Parts: sequence; structure tokens; C-alpha cells
Amino acid sequence: MIKRTAQAGTLESSDCVVTVSPGKGINLDYRGANAMLFQKRTHTLVETLLKQKGIGDADIQIQDQGALEPTMVARISTALARASKEA
Amino acid sequence: MKMIKNSIGRLVPEEVPGLGKLAPYAGPFSRVINSDYQAPRMAAPMKAVPPTRSKVVEDIKTAIKNSGLENGMTISFHHHLRNGDAVLPLVMSALDEMGFKDLTIAPSSLTDAHNCVADYVRKGVISRIFTSGVRGEVGKMISAGELEIPAVIRSHGGRARSIEEGSAAIDVAFLGAPACDPLGNMTGAMGKSACGSLGYAQVDAAYARHVVAVTDNLVDYPLMPKISIPQYLVNQVVVIDSLGDPKKIASGAARITRNPVDLKVAENAYKLVVASELLAPGCSFQVGAGGASLAVAKYVREYMKEKGIKGSFGLGGITGYMVQMLEDGLFEALFDVQSFDADVQHSLLDNPRHMEIDQSWYANPINRGCQVHNLDVVILAALDMDVDFNVNVMTGNNGILRGASGGHSDTAAGAKLSIVVAPAFRGGVPSIKEQVQTVVTPGETVDAIVTERGICINPNRKDLLELAAAAKLPVKDIHDLKAEVEKLTGTPEPVEFDTDRVVALVEYRDGTIIDSVYKVK
Amino acid sequence: MAKLTRSMIYIPGNSPSMIQNCPAFGADSVLLDLEDAVALAEKDAARDLVCNFLSFMDFGDMMVTVRINAADTPYFETDLTAVVPCKPHAIRIPKCQSAEDVLRADRIMTEAEKANGIPEGTVKIHAMIETARGIEQAFQVATASPRVTALTLGGQDLTADLGVQKTKEGDELFYGRTRVITAAKAAGIGAFDTVWADVNDNEGLLEETKRMVGLGFTGKAAIHPGQVETIHKGFAPDEKEVAKARRIVAAAEEAEREGKGVVAVDGRMVDAPVVKRAHHLIELAKSCGMEGA
Repeated sequence: MIKRTAQAGTLESSDCVVTVSPGKGINLDYRGANAMLFQKRTHTLVETLLKQKGIGDADIQIQDQGALEPTMVARISTALARASKEA
Repeated sequence: MKMIKNSIGRLVPEEVPGLGKLAPYAGPFSRVINSDYQAPRMAAPMKAVPPTRSKVVEDIKTAIKNSGLENGMTISFHHHLRNGDAVLPLVMSALDEMGFKDLTIAPSSLTDAHNCVADYVRKGVISRIFTSGVRGEVGKMISAGELEIPAVIRSHGGRARSIEEGSAAIDVAFLGAPACDPLGNMTGAMGKSACGSLGYAQVDAAYARHVVAVTDNLVDYPLMPKISIPQYLVNQVVVIDSLGDPKKIASGAARITRNPVDLKVAENAYKLVVASELLAPGCSFQVGAGGASLAVAKYVREYMKEKGIKGSFGLGGITGYMVQMLEDGLFEALFDVQSFDADVQHSLLDNPRHMEIDQSWYANPINRGCQVHNLDVVILAALDMDVDFNVNVMTGNNGILRGASGGHSDTAAGAKLSIVVAPAFRGGVPSIKEQVQTVVTPGETVDAIVTERGICINPNRKDLLELAAAAKLPVKDIHDLKAEVEKLTGTPEPVEFDTDRVVALVEYRDGTIIDSVYKVK
Repeated sequence: MAKLTRSMIYIPGNSPSMIQNCPAFGADSVLLDLEDAVALAEKDAARDLVCNFLSFMDFGDMMVTVRINAADTPYFETDLTAVVPCKPHAIRIPKCQSAEDVLRADRIMTEAEKANGIPEGTVKIHAMIETARGIEQAFQVATASPRVTALTLGGQDLTADLGVQKTKEGDELFYGRTRVITAAKAAGIGAFDTVWADVNDNEGLLEETKRMVGLGFTGKAAIHPGQVETIHKGFAPDEKEVAKARRIVAAAEEAEREGKGVVAVDGRMVDAPVVKRAHHLIELAKSCGMEGA
């Protein structure tokens, strides 16, 4: 369960900053240089990951600096874990 | 606009209002080998300039008045002053103030210094653009559909051909001249705005109806010791304060990259060249100006020195690095159509084995033998490629025009071994696509695509595949490499284009149309 | 033939650009670092990043190792249980000073392998020796578990523990190094030397690498991609030496064929240990890709 707002990742090249906050349902705001090219891919990636972790409600913002998928999945996982800790 | 499929399956128009009838691409040598193709040579009329000791006129506007330029005519420039060019903006500003409209501009290319062209299109000063490259604001403007008549993108060889056959019939050429005497003898090898070879200006000078030399360095008659464009091709001379920013004209010496990924790409490409057995006495090659493409030269140079191999010539696109190789005795000659850095100028001036060549000599396929047709190896960069080995150097990931055709398709067609180098992904986006957005260089002329994660060899080169396998090189099937990369990056969605609106045509070097560029939605 | 381990490139575990590009650096092996290269606040992020890359990226022919945080930190167990299922070749355990330090990790690794259906013992241990006590206990550490396939020397921490300066000449590390090498050889495992910190001094790196190879180290750390080529040069045997080794091996084979008990090369007798060294040198040359080895 998402208890607070938390962030993971950096704005360095090949990384992404993922910000997770409590929300209703799953809301994804995906931005960055590749936003046009990877909207569908990122939506699917986030939905799958959240389902795996049993999370149904979260606001997720991703600022993408050209990250590969393993990086994005890692940063989202870390942000989710941080956001699930007690505030 | 009626569209038909050309020989590589791309849709191209048969006829375009404002450009005329067009022929679809039909193979890299369809007009060169076993072909009756010929075109009349469209030289400028012979017209005397009365004997004089000085062609210097007061200013640009005077020169324009004297040139007989009228609305609807064609003007040209060279881009040897690169990102430091002040000549095109200056001339365009004058033409605008004088109320000119509907001009066709045919520069050898457009650089970051030429963003003003976008505004002149919007004002109606310019209505057609013929160029090798498009950048920044101009690229955005064209991709947004603001230019009524599609821009025509030509390779270096194609531009020379179009000028010689008259499809780009230049009325007035405004040529930046880093050193010029009062009768118009000019060169780029000397002066505070020196730029090296004037290869892209020489064809303009030979064929334009009227030539204006624009200089910031008027020297006493006669210009010595080097004349790149002679006085008998020049009508007027204009003296201005500065041709542009010297730092952006001639960059510092091109350094070999230290980026480990680029170095790995270069190492893989070098290993393929060695395996091809083409690095033998009398070999010739061409490399790019930076990144992995230039870094290959470092490995090749060490190899040639170690094995005592003397090549015949280096071609390009010449950097200080190639000059060093000439001075090392690794080549008999350098053929220079464009000098990339400040280190090249002294060599051009002082070394008789450093030859300045014009654009037609360099790469026009419809002449009696262009230099790229004698090339053994070329190492080319790319924006992206596809599984059929087609290469895109024109449109970015967002579909917007932002590159240059340059000598890419010319050298790929001419060289015995054409290698395209690129990192497997850039900024998280794979370099190998299912289908490139824009084909500039057709896959049938590309022998190998080399990345840091593997070497892909064109299936039409079974001989090369065998040599690479024997040398135990990291060869991968291009589909496998694409899948491997997409596993990491994800599969990008294609950009949405408005396919009813063609905003630019990519003309192959022989004048046929190889691809269309569409308006971005 | 065993995997080459001449160079091991250290990659900060929280740097996506370094991890994703490390296959291009040309090193024989990689150390993905969750320890010294990662700030405390980012230990979780680095762990997630390394695990995802281990699971989804092909590292090619490189031997992939992960350095986890030491047992006296809150991250030790979490690191092990997260990383082992991702099956790196080996996990580097910092500050090993006794057999128990190894066994502590071994137990957690066995549990993690069991829980994930991985055959026990799949993931190896590279034990890091970086204290005086660790040096003295080197053989015990090396033989503590069948998982241990290498000892590695942590020069920075060791000199700090000894209360001395780390110098380019390296006199202060001589005993530590030779003890680690001897213990490793006695246990039949690899021995990796510490980092050369001056990335601008490749000549110094080459010299040190040659000396370390002469002492018996089977691998050396690289902290920058630019060091990899130099380290490989340092490992390449001298061509003349290789040629001589070939003559020795040929003479030994001939002697055996002719039933002679004595091997003579260049007119001088050559005994068994010399022949053994010659074989070893040829193997090293072959693995370094030397022509005609």
C-alpha cells in the first residue's frame, strides 16, 4: 500500500526519476525525450509491475532521461518500496 | 499527388507541382552501369566582363542589383563555413530588404547558422529549398509543412549532378571566400576565416550564370600561392567585415573519442576491415569526422604502420587525423572535398599530395569517373538503420528533419566495403528498426552494420560473412541483434505522419527519388 | 578452459549508464558494486538496479560478480537474498577475517538458492581480504567453503588497518599480497589484486600489473574502462618467453617419445617444474589471444 510520496532515480543520462504518491486507481504521467516513442510500452510496463506487487492504487510520475527497461523497472520498484514505508 | 512504389518499396511522387516530373529509384547503378542514361550539360551562357583591374563593388545590395537577380530565380551558397557562416544570413537579409520573393535556394547544405531561412520561407522570400542537410528551425519548419513545395534533399554527388544537368540551374552564386583578390581569384586555405577546401563551391562557380565572391580578406593581385576558384568564373567581389565566427568555421583538431562504447564500435569495425583483407598496399579509405567513425582511423593507422602498408589515397571529409596519416607516409595522396578542422589548412596549402577536389570529382555518378567509385573502405555514421540495412541520416526519432545526406549514399554505393557504425541504442532508443522512417542510403549498398554489441553482415555479402566467421568476429543476425536490444529498450512506437502531405523528397545521387518525407502529425 | 579473469572492471551499482555499457569495456569480468560506490541513502536503489540488470541484460562472456555490503551493516542479508536468485557468477564478501565470515554468507546463500530452485553451490564467493586479521587467516578463509573460488585483496582498507600509507611502490602490501596469493594457490583458487587509483598513470599501472602477475595474481581490478587495455598488456607474456616455452615443451614431448628421462633445451638440462611452468605460460599466452601460441 502506498502510504506517502517517495522518489527514486536521477536525472542523469540513461536514468529516470520515478515519483510515487498515494492515489485512486493507477495514474501514470510519463514524460521525457522518449515520451512520444514509448507511451504504450511504459503504460504496460507500469501496469504489469503494479499488478505483480498487488498494488491497485498509485500516482506515478516518470521523468525519462533515456532509461532502458531494467532501469525503469528498478527505479519504479525502489520508489514503490520507499512509498510503502511508514511516513 | 500520385505516389508510386520505387524499387525498394518506398512511395514516391511521380510529379510534383513546382518541381516537375520525377523518376523513382531503381537501384544504385541503374543509370550508371549498362545504361543509356545521359543528360545535356547546362553550362551558363558565355558573356564577357569588360577588362578591369577590380571587380570589387560597394556592398552586397549593389552586387545583387548588378547580378540581374529577379523573383523566382535560384541562388546558391556553399557551407564550408559550417556553423560559423555569416554569408548566407547577410545575403538573405539584403534580399529580404530589397523585396525579393519566391527564390529557390540551393546551398550545398544548411547548418545551425542558417535558422533564419525558416523565417524567410514564412515571409515568402524563399519558396523552394534544395539542400543536402537541414537542421534546427529549418528542419522543424519543413516537417511542420510550412514549405509549400517539398524540399529536395540531395547527396553531395547528386547536387553536383543536378547543377551540371541544370535541374538546379543556379542564377547567382554567393560564395564566401576566405582569401580573394580584386579580380575574384579565391581560396579557402588562407585568411582569418579559412575553411580549407572549397570543393562544394567549385561546381557552383563553374556553372552559375553569375558569381559573387564575398570576402573578409581582400589580398593584392594575384592571390598566391593557391587559387581554388579562378577569376574567369567570378563576376563581382564584395568585401565585408567578417565571413563568420572562426571558432565555429574551423573547429579544433578532431580528437579520437574516449567514449568506451564508441571505441568498442570502432574496434569491431576495424576488425571487420582487417578480416576483409582490403587493408593491403594501395588501399584507399574514408572515415567520418568524429565519434566511432573517426576512431576506426586510429586502429587502421596503427595496423598500417605495424605491417608497413602504404595506401593509395584517403578521401573526404578530411580531418587533421587523416593529414597526419598522409604525413606518416601511409597514403600517396589525400583527396579533399571538405576540410573539417583547422589542422587541415596548412597541409592543403603546403603539401602537393593534399589535393583539393570539387563535388563532381568527388561523387557525381554521371561523369567519367568520380572518386568515391575508387574507394576500398568507407566507415559511415547513422541516425538509425533497419533490418534491410537501409540507413536514415535525415529524420530524428520524433520524425523531424535534422540531418544531412552528405556523401553517405555516394560513398556507400562506391566503396568496395561500406560499413555503417552506430551504438546499439542511443538515449534508450534502439538504432536498429524494423523499417527506417527515411531511406537515404539503400541497404543494397551497405555491407555491414557494426555496433558495440555485434556485427551484422548484409546477406548479399556471403563472401564477407565467411571472412568474418573465419576471423571469429562477433557476427550476429540483424534480427537477433534487434531483438536483443529491444529486450532492453522496449519496442518504440512509430511516429505518426500525415502521409497526404509530402514535405521533402530524398533524391538519390543519380536523380531518382528514393524516399519521401512526410509532415509530422 | 577456465574463464579469463585478467581484468575486473568496477561498476558503481547505482549508475544505469555504467552498468548498461559495461559489456563494451572489454574487461574479462565485472564487479557490480553495492558497497563503497553507493551512498547509504541509495543502497536499496542500487540493489534493485543491479538485480534487474542481472536478470535482463546479457553480459556476454564476462564473469559477473556483485560486491555486497559487509556483515556489520543492515544491508548484508537483504543484499544476499535479493542478489543470489539473479545468479551472478560470484558474490564478493567484504572484510573476510575468518572461516565464520564466509560461512555466515554461505548459509544465507544456500537458503536463497533452495528457495529459488537453484542447485546448491551455484553462486560462488570471492572473499575480500582487507584487514590484518584477514591476511593472517587467509588460508582459513580460502578453504572455508567450496563456494570460495577466489581471494581478493582490498589494498586501501588493508593499509588503513595496518596504519600505513598506500604507496605506488607497494612495499607495505608485499606481505599481504604474497600471503593472499600463497593461500589461494594452496586452496587451488584465484587471487585478484587491488585497484590502481591513478587513472592518469597507465605506465605505473602497467608496471604494477606486470609485477603482480610475476607474484602470481590471476586478476587485477580496473576502476576505469581506460585501464582495461593496460592491464591486459600487463598479463600478456613476453613473446620471447613464449617461444622459449614452446621449445621446452617440444623437447619434453620428444624426450618422452624417445623414452629418455632427461630433457635438454639449448644444450642444458631442464627439470620437471620448468616444463610445468612452460606449459602454464603457453596456456596463459593462448588465453591472452597471442598469435601462434
